Amino acid sequence: MQYEVIIGLEIHAQLLTDSKMFCGCSTVFGSEPNTQTCPVCIGMPGVLPVINKKAIKYVIKTGLAVNCEISSYSRFARKNYFYPDLPKGYQISQYELPLCEGGYVEITVNGSTKKIGLTRIHLEEDAGKNIHEGAGNYSLVDLNRAGVPLMEIVTEPDIRTPEEASKFMKKLRVILRHIDVCDGNMEQGSLRCDANVSVRPYGQKEFGVKTEIKNMNSFKFIEKALDYEIRRQIKVLKDRGKIIQETRLWDSTKGITESMRSKEEAHDYRYFPEPDLVPVEVDGSWIAEIKAQLVELPDSRQQRFIKQYGLPEYDADLLTSERAVAEWFEGAVKLGGDPKTVSNWMMGELMRLLNEENKQIEECGLKPVQFVGLLKLIDKGTISGKIAKAVFEEMYKTGKNPDTIVKEKGLIQITDEADIEKVINEVLEKNPKEVERFRAGEEKLMGFFVGQIMKATKGKANPKIVNELLKKKLLT
Amino acid sequence: MKLYNLTISKAREAISKGEVSPSELVNAIFKRIEDVEEKIKAYVTLTKVRAIEEAKQRGIDIKKGIKKELAGIPLAIKDNICTEGVRTTCSSRILENFIPPYESTVTRRLKEEGYILIGKTNLDEFAMGSSTENSAFGATKNPWDISRIPGGSSGGSASAVASGECIAALGSDTGGSIRQPAALCGVVGLKPTYGSVSRYGLVAFASSLDQIGPITKDVRDSAILLNIISGHDPLDSTSAPISVPDFESVLGKDIKGIKIGIPKEYFIEGMDKEVESSVMNAVKRLEDIGAIPVNITLPHTDYAVATYYILASSEASSNLARYDGVKYGFRAEGKDLMDMYMKTRAKGFGTEVKRRIMLGTYALSAGYYEAYYGKAQHVRTLIKRDFEKVFETVDIIITPTTPTPAFKIGEKVDDPLQMYLSDIFTISVNLAGIPAISIPCGFSSQNLPIGMQIIGRHFNEETILKVAYAYEQSTEWHLRKPDL
Repeated sequence: MQYEVIIGLEIHAQLLTDSKMFCGCSTVFGSEPNTQTCPVCIGMPGVLPVINKKAIKYVIKTGLAVNCEISSYSRFARKNYFYPDLPKGYQISQYELPLCEGGYVEITVNGSTKKIGLTRIHLEEDAGKNIHEGAGNYSLVDLNRAGVPLMEIVTEPDIRTPEEASKFMKKLRVILRHIDVCDGNMEQGSLRCDANVSVRPYGQKEFGVKTEIKNMNSFKFIEKALDYEIRRQIKVLKDRGKIIQETRLWDSTKGITESMRSKEEAHDYRYFPEPDLVPVEVDGSWIAEIKAQLVELPDSRQQRFIKQYGLPEYDADLLTSERAVAEWFEGAVKLGGDPKTVSNWMMGELMRLLNEENKQIEECGLKPVQFVGLLKLIDKGTISGKIAKAVFEEMYKTGKNPDTIVKEKGLIQITDEADIEKVINEVLEKNPKEVERFRAGEEKLMGFFVGQIMKATKGKANPKIVNELLKKKLLT
Repeated sequence: MKLYNLTISKAREAISKGEVSPSELVNAIFKRIEDVEEKIKAYVTLTKVRAIEEAKQRGIDIKKGIKKELAGIPLAIKDNICTEGVRTTCSSRILENFIPPYESTVTRRLKEEGYILIGKTNLDEFAMGSSTENSAFGATKNPWDISRIPGGSSGGSASAVASGECIAALGSDTGGSIRQPAALCGVVGLKPTYGSVSRYGLVAFASSLDQIGPITKDVRDSAILLNIISGHDPLDSTSAPISVPDFESVLGKDIKGIKIGIPKEYFIEGMDKEVESSVMNAVKRLEDIGAIPVNITLPHTDYAVATYYILASSEASSNLARYDGVKYGFRAEGKDLMDMYMKTRAKGFGTEVKRRIMLGTYALSAGYYEAYYGKAQHVRTLIKRDFEKVFETVDIIITPTTPTPAFKIGEKVDDPLQMYLSDIFTISVNLAGIPAISIPCGFSSQNLPIGMQIIGRHFNEETILKVAYAYEQSTEWHLRKPDL
């Protein structure tokens, strides 16, 4: 029997606000435990939450970027459960009236576009972290993360393969990073993804029993975990077993999903409207203002790059995968760089250097203005293309201007014919046998002579002039 | 005149005229506490050392000419209102040693006006109760008869004011916790409109109902304290961004033509005759000075107590979840996490608190939510509409504050339902979010105080204060003192 796979995702994205959701504490990652806390996010008696307006704005921004309906009237709710990393014994979340409803994200599957529907986007606060380390029979709690704004995005059960799931997540990540609401760091957990998975025989209308898969903290693990889970469910059904509704954890070292808790053990969260907060009323003019400020989204930017700059789809796709990359590209083009040349340098040298150091483009010292300066030096013939690569790397490492590097290292191309002729004469005199052989017809020795000349000029001789003069000399 | 019997306004006058210094006043209060506290047990914590220090400083300030509304005035604060550096217990084992590192907005405002904290007053644990018997630190007594309860949950504050153990106090009112003990102790208690006084620093019982308010010896003092504590607070999202009038300035204004609604649902078969006649006599007195009584109906009154206990307990079950032994407060050792949670909460909370946590947890649980919480929210709206409708035709509503005068200690402690019914006349006001004041309107044949409740429109504390003051000026109930 053939089975159809049904996947829905629940994504949690930490918002890039400076302060927490309901208090003024910093959201910076990686500080000493419990240094970014206050009575509000520790859940002391008598304190009250105050909504971070920027977090609401970021959710609206996201909603607009993924085609949602923005609710004019929305409400926070309490989700009640006990856990040491949850200081109040409840999480302030949203339940009945989320900030955004509907919407979709488009992904490309086998060359055609597929819409993945969204159910809702809501805002909530993150929990802290329990730390289980040391020999003692105790655990520690770090509440630095408690209260960090968290956006939950829930998809419709529209996903049919692990590959689609991972593509969706990649696309969503690009969008979130583009509009600057989430840094998308899956390893650090600022972007997390859970999946609801079920299978059903083809043609069956009702959904099968689903399991919820947690702890998939990379695109690779999303595919692997879902792939495993689908095989597991199909095997259970083929063996005439029953799927149990449960939550399962992905174990990346074992490469399997394991049962964490069954439906019976699931919490009853006892949601009810948060009485400490008044409902959020979002007026149309605010939405319009946010919409007006919204940056160009990756899809339309990619199309524009193809049309406006005549780039191949592959180039445009890569250059629009990160907003900062796209902006770097356009910065260089605006300064006079030829689009395809800029693209080649970026996709080649720049990406190679960034990948070597695992850096983001905004972290490198090389700016478009310097890069375009380098392109101009090549155009003018001041340096050769080969030298340019070395200069580029030097610029990348030091942030210095190309002219400075060229001057400091004496890399200016030798274009004076007399100078070059002098070197050619020296090389030919030193290698009389090779000259004989060449003249006897061994033309591939041309390369040998060019190599020797370049070696003697430390690569600075203009290759075109070298070739011309060398040919003249050898053939006369 | 004994210094401890002074009102805020009289003490302020005496201090500004130089007749009495803050130190003398504070010493007089602590002398009084020394004399009567053993009998009354109004306080959980006394802050004598710091109060004496502060009084000296206020004296110096006054000499320097620094003018503040409450300079050197000794006040008591209910022990569910956080005071920075001063233990705040909620009369619960679970917070027995909790010292807040922050100040509530109300006490911050009092501080800015130069008040002196005398101590933190006893309450029913987490403000859950009507008798101040549910305290982990022992019951408070009624100064008029120490075999009787002072009411609750702000029983400590009310009895401290009535017995002269402070000049005035703050309480909190979720279902009557300011007004009911004020009535039973023969003092004035005001529950402001929901949202007019910041709840920041008030340990939450039921967030949508809780409100801080004054408990004072007369109406003027309530107006003075309300002037200071009310007003928008950015730390409390539910506090209303509206400007605060000068409540003292309305006192003494004419009440001619004011329409008083008398709801038939609050004068019922079998109620205490002395309470009924005292309140009706008070209405007559108001009629004599120009008010017009009108019979009205608040048809959903019968459902108020049930509605209240579902909503308040639901919110409480969530508000009290933070007391889990992990971060602060009492922790019992357990063999694992779950065991630690259960033992901590089993030992840390008293019976009534546990009863309400269970009730609220049940009301919110899957499958019951609509039938209980959902239904109760719906009824709450109906109760609110009852008041809105009535206030289209009347300016205020007058009812008894309590069905009976103070009952005996231990009388209702094993009968939660009877206990809950002692709030029957005060609960609807919290559900509707409107303001109400309780003022003395007589004494029973056993010399126990009887209180009258004056209910007003949303954010219309001015009218109830004006009427309460006019009545108070025409009577001497508020001048009687218990014999201790």
